[in-house]
Amino acid sequence: MKLILFIWRQQGADDPGKLVRYDTSEISAEMSFLEMLDVVNEGLVKDGKEPIAFDHDCREGICGTCSQVINGVPHGPQERTTVCQLHMRQFKDGDKIYIEPWRARAFPIVKDLIVDRSSLERVMQAGGYISVHTGCAPDANSILIRREDAETAMDAAECIGCGACVAACPNGSAMLFTAAKVTQFASLPQGQTEAKHRVCMMTEVMKHEGFGSCTNHYECQAVCPKGLKTSFIARLNREFLKALDSPEMPESFSGGFLNRGNPSR
Amino acid sequence: MRSFFKNLVGQKILMAVSGLFMTLFLTAHLLGNMTIYTGGLNAYAEQLHALVPLVWISRISMLTLLLLHIYFAIKLTLENRDAKPVGYAVSKNIRSTFASRNMIWSGLAVAIFIIYHLLHLTVPAASGSVSLDSMGRPDISGMVVEGFQGGLVAVIYLVSLLGLLLHIIHGIQSSFQSLGLSGEDAAPVIHRAGIIVALVLSAGFLSIPLIIFVGIVKG
Ligand code: HEM
Ligand code: FES
Repeated sequence: MKLILFIWRQQGADDPGKLVRYDTSEISAEMSFLEMLDVVNEGLVKDGKEPIAFDHDCREGICGTCSQVINGVPHGPQERTTVCQLHMRQFKDGDKIYIEPWRARAFPIVKDLIVDRSSLERVMQAGGYISVHTGCAPDANSILIRREDAETAMDAAECIGCGACVAACPNGSAMLFTAAKVTQFASLPQGQTEAKHRVCMMTEVMKHEGFGSCTNHYECQAVCPKGLKTSFIARLNREFLKALDSPEMPESFSGGFLNRGNPSR
Repeated sequence: MRSFFKNLVGQKILMAVSGLFMTLFLTAHLLGNMTIYTGGLNAYAEQLHALVPLVWISRISMLTLLLLHIYFAIKLTLENRDAKPVGYAVSKNIRSTFASRNMIWSGLAVAIFIIYHLLHLTVPAASGSVSLDSMGRPDISGMVVEGFQGGLVAVIYLVSLLGLLLHIIHGIQSSFQSLGLSGEDAAPVIHRAGIIVALVLSAGFLSIPLIIFVGIVKG
């Protein structure tokens, strides 16, 4: 099939960037979206032009590296599907396709469609862990966990950290990501010890990194390739309310690793 | 505690609490207004104003909540725009609504309306410049009916109350989510209930100027 692509090209952080039109033929419906881009890139290389830079790794929908906004929707038109798992049969001959990078203050563009998502890592470092010793595998099985809680934790743990929620959010908020981590740990006994500290620190660092707050547009849920729900955000808000009275509520956030924040701020 | 006001979740919680209390006030206000249909508005107003401390407590707390709400509304809106400095060439909204994306504008319409409404009806009523009815009470009902003569006033109320509808149609369910009071099963129910409450409140308020304008209720 023939396609008309409009792809965001940007040399680096200081380049203003622009959408560039590429007309391509020889695309088969069986190709994945990234394979389609591979074909376009081969053509560009043959012509001695610079190929389009885009992020990818596993190409099987589990690593969360691929990140493209296709016709205004992060990860494209197919629900619960990453770009790498999207196939060209979702498109018709002659379609115009706009491909843009994730857009958010906290995701500065590195090149073309590649953005720097290390801000999500720093949100994780702020509390997305359990530092108490919980024993080895057999011990873990001896801790009884209500089935519903285990299911909730597993659902939340499906997050692959791709950042589509941030890309879709009109406020550039990382609430669904952060809420998934908070919910995952808050549902399990091992997560209780640090629960209050976790929710306070992760939300503080989220703001520090330049993410917005949640005003309940629910766009994130619509684009999440793993189907994470905004009920996790309600859970985060509950966990935050529980932390209200606690001394865990830090008074100042100027310390330590916060200074390693987003360089674009 | 200071950090609570600085945290982005804390700020949303303050917006939700103030928004919900204002919605509760609107509900009480509407129930009171409904006495105009039974001819009991003057009696209701007299009883209400006999409770002077209560009236002032409610006025001061509503004003405080409103100022708090407006302060954080502006702050959050600016911060959120800053968090998304560049948009998409092609953008598509899947779950967000016209109401959810325009909260600051519908809120602004409500703020302007509140000032107008206070000057239009509350200040005259509270300052005692209202003529008395046949039973010697301030004739609030007569003042309201007189105040709603003329198309311009009806249009101002119509537009403002549509702004209020837009605001609380998103706001009510949003505040339950912000307070963590909704879950996977409850969310759709809360969503629908919020829309119904918003419609009932707006239609109730709107009915008064419209019916007076059409001339069904007379002083
Ligand atoms: C009668 C007056 C008002 C009522 C009953 C009301 C009600 C609400 C409610 C219930 C919310 C949801 C809170 C949440 O999601 O946590 C809200 C949010 C909001 N309000 Fe108001 N509000 C009023 C006046 C105003 C005014 C005067 C402004 C601004 C000038 C304003 C701006 C906003 C904004 C920007 C939001 C945040 C949007 C969001 O979080 O989704 N509101 N309001
Ligand atoms: S490349 Fe790994 S999820 Fe798409």
